[in-house]
Amino acid sequence: MKRFAHALFAAAAAVMAAGLAHAATLDTVKQRGALNCGANGQLPGFGLPDAQGNWTGLDVDLCRAVAAAIFNDANKVKFVPLTAKDRFTALQTGDVDVLVRNTTWSLLRDTQLGLNATGVNYYDGQGFIIRKSAKVNSALELNDATICVQQGTTTELNLADYFRSNRMRLRSVTFASLDEAVRAYETDRCNAFTTDASGLYATRLKFARPDDHVVLPEIISKEPLGPFVRHGDDQWFDLVKWVHFAMLNAEELNVNKANVDEQMKSDNPEIRRLLGVEDNFGERLGLTKDWVFRIVKLVGNYGDVFDRNVGQGSPLKIARGLNALWTKGGIQYAPPIR
Amino acid sequence: MPQSSQGMPKVPIFRDPKLRAIAYQVMLCAGLGVLAYAAVRNAAENLAHAKIASGFGFLNVVAGFDISQTLIEYSSQSSTFGRAFWVGLTNTLLVAGLGIIFATLLGTAIGIARLSKNFLVHRLASGYVELVRNVPLLLQLLFWYNAVLKALPDFANGFVLPGGLLLNNRGLYMPRPLGVDGWYVALVLVAAALLGYAFNTLAERSAGAWRSTAVRFPVTLLIVIGAPVAAFLAMGAPLEFEYPQAGRFNVSGGVEVLPELVALLFGLVIYTAAFIAEVVRAGLMSVSHGQTEAAQALGLRRVQTLRLIVIPQAMRVIIPPLTSQYLNLTKNSSLAVAIGYPDLVQIFTGTVLNITGQAIEVVVITMAVYLSFSLITSLVMNAYNARVAVVER
Repeated sequence: MKRFAHALFAAAAAVMAAGLAHAATLDTVKQRGALNCGANGQLPGFGLPDAQGNWTGLDVDLCRAVAAAIFNDANKVKFVPLTAKDRFTALQTGDVDVLVRNTTWSLLRDTQLGLNATGVNYYDGQGFIIRKSAKVNSALELNDATICVQQGTTTELNLADYFRSNRMRLRSVTFASLDEAVRAYETDRCNAFTTDASGLYATRLKFARPDDHVVLPEIISKEPLGPFVRHGDDQWFDLVKWVHFAMLNAEELNVNKANVDEQMKSDNPEIRRLLGVEDNFGERLGLTKDWVFRIVKLVGNYGDVFDRNVGQGSPLKIARGLNALWTKGGIQYAPPIR
Repeated sequence: MPQSSQGMPKVPIFRDPKLRAIAYQVMLCAGLGVLAYAAVRNAAENLAHAKIASGFGFLNVVAGFDISQTLIEYSSQSSTFGRAFWVGLTNTLLVAGLGIIFATLLGTAIGIARLSKNFLVHRLASGYVELVRNVPLLLQLLFWYNAVLKALPDFANGFVLPGGLLLNNRGLYMPRPLGVDGWYVALVLVAAALLGYAFNTLAERSAGAWRSTAVRFPVTLLIVIGAPVAAFLAMGAPLEFEYPQAGRFNVSGGVEVLPELVALLFGLVIYTAAFIAEVVRAGLMSVSHGQTEAAQALGLRRVQTLRLIVIPQAMRVIIPPLTSQYLNLTKNSSLAVAIGYPDLVQIFTGTVLNITGQAIEVVVITMAVYLSFSLITSLVMNAYNARVAVVER
């Protein structure tokens, strides 16, 4: 009943919220003194609170970066854990200011749902995890297998597409939350579990015996994951978009958490513009001159954040792959700050 | 005094209690109307402002997602969101219908057991009611789902039951009779049951040999069981079954009962039965003991006393609260979402809402469905209540 009540509330809020969505989000956030960030809450590496309630993850750090840019304090964020199913209504109704919850950018979400994706903070693709004992080497052998999947995701749709186009029989069991879907897979309700590849590696860590499970080689979809904001507030859209770009540019210019103080003295005009030593780009976003300095100092550049949460500095040890900078063989590319 | 000739003192219009009452009601209605209009307009404006799609066109768009249990034909490839809605609706009806039947049977049994003179029986029944009533339903559902799942062996080591039944943690698989449409089977069974009931009623009212229970009961039984068998033989005994077969990952063929359905049904039935038991107990206790004594004085046996004297009178007390238990069960079935059973709420306000983003339309439709369910249930139960109510002469 709780989820139904949530949907009901969302509908009621959509009916009643007179002009609420029209106020400038940045002003609302400043007035409130904290950023409301819709996050995952169940996915290691992307959004997960620890036992003390401290949130960590790649998505979480993007919210922290936004808060750092606005408040010069990376902790002025209230994280709201959302299920895949509730996330869009929470953003549409103004429960959260920004949604950074490993959410795939798709045309429908960018238009019909009244949202804007601000970029891609993780290039992902959907895969399958299965028990080694099943002796399956390819997703194409999954004919007639039962697959656990989280509801309300592009994953759910890709799954049906993939089985259909390969003429395989699908038996899916859908669950409202990631944890429930994973638990069902663990208790052998399903032969396999499917989600984005990053999510597969992350959930495998949660298993009692991670080595008994194998991720199949096929990646069956494009899953560009990124932050979302509401339609109708271009200033806020720009701000969230450029916080991510700033983190990428910082990495490209080798400005990181450790050396950012030193880099303030750099002669490189690009770095001087980035850190606000020259010109004043922050103000054009409704921020201060030193916005990138704040982000990098308090949170880090994209590389720092990637390493710490999902890369070599984390238990996940995911390779940069597509998420390497364009200069290093990946496709992460940010427009210049000038 | 000019008014005195009229007999009534002349009152200004705005002080006339009758007119004033009407005026207030008109004002209230107008106020509500304005509020409703403002809400609808506001919603439309907000949606348009945020460029969120609206309208019911999405019902004709291809759904593209898979559903684990479909009572009506559905394919992710060609079926629409509208079709997915009907799949969810039938799944909800299935679990609510079965739930109501089983909860009534179990609840009645427990309710009678609570009044038993046997210490153990009545203690057990009380314990059941106290335990089950005081634990939230959601927890019970999770318990049953995990208990059902974990207690059963996995697919490779599943039980092979007599009659070609297979049982494992993916579900229960039964042979499916070939060449026989399930609807016809249901139709024949219902027809036979009605026939038996009609005979029983007629025989009971008639005079003569038919009336005695010793004759009536076996004949009724013969009709209820014999008629379908006769129909089956008349059709040339098309007794061929499709047996469930173990494949690489799953059992194929046969009739499949998902563990999600079983867990949901267990949870709803066991929970609601505890409430129904209390309703039944209250009903039985409302019939004064003098009635039982009088029946015994007339020489009726215990079972006869219960069936002919106590239960008909208890029904008057039982029906109204029983109706609300039925409504609760139907509404509680929406908790299915927690354990992955594809009911209306899971499919429609879950996946469909999420894909289309049309929260208002989807929620309004869902609410309308539950409202209709409840109103229809109430209507049926009220009609039944009117029948068993005390006839005042």
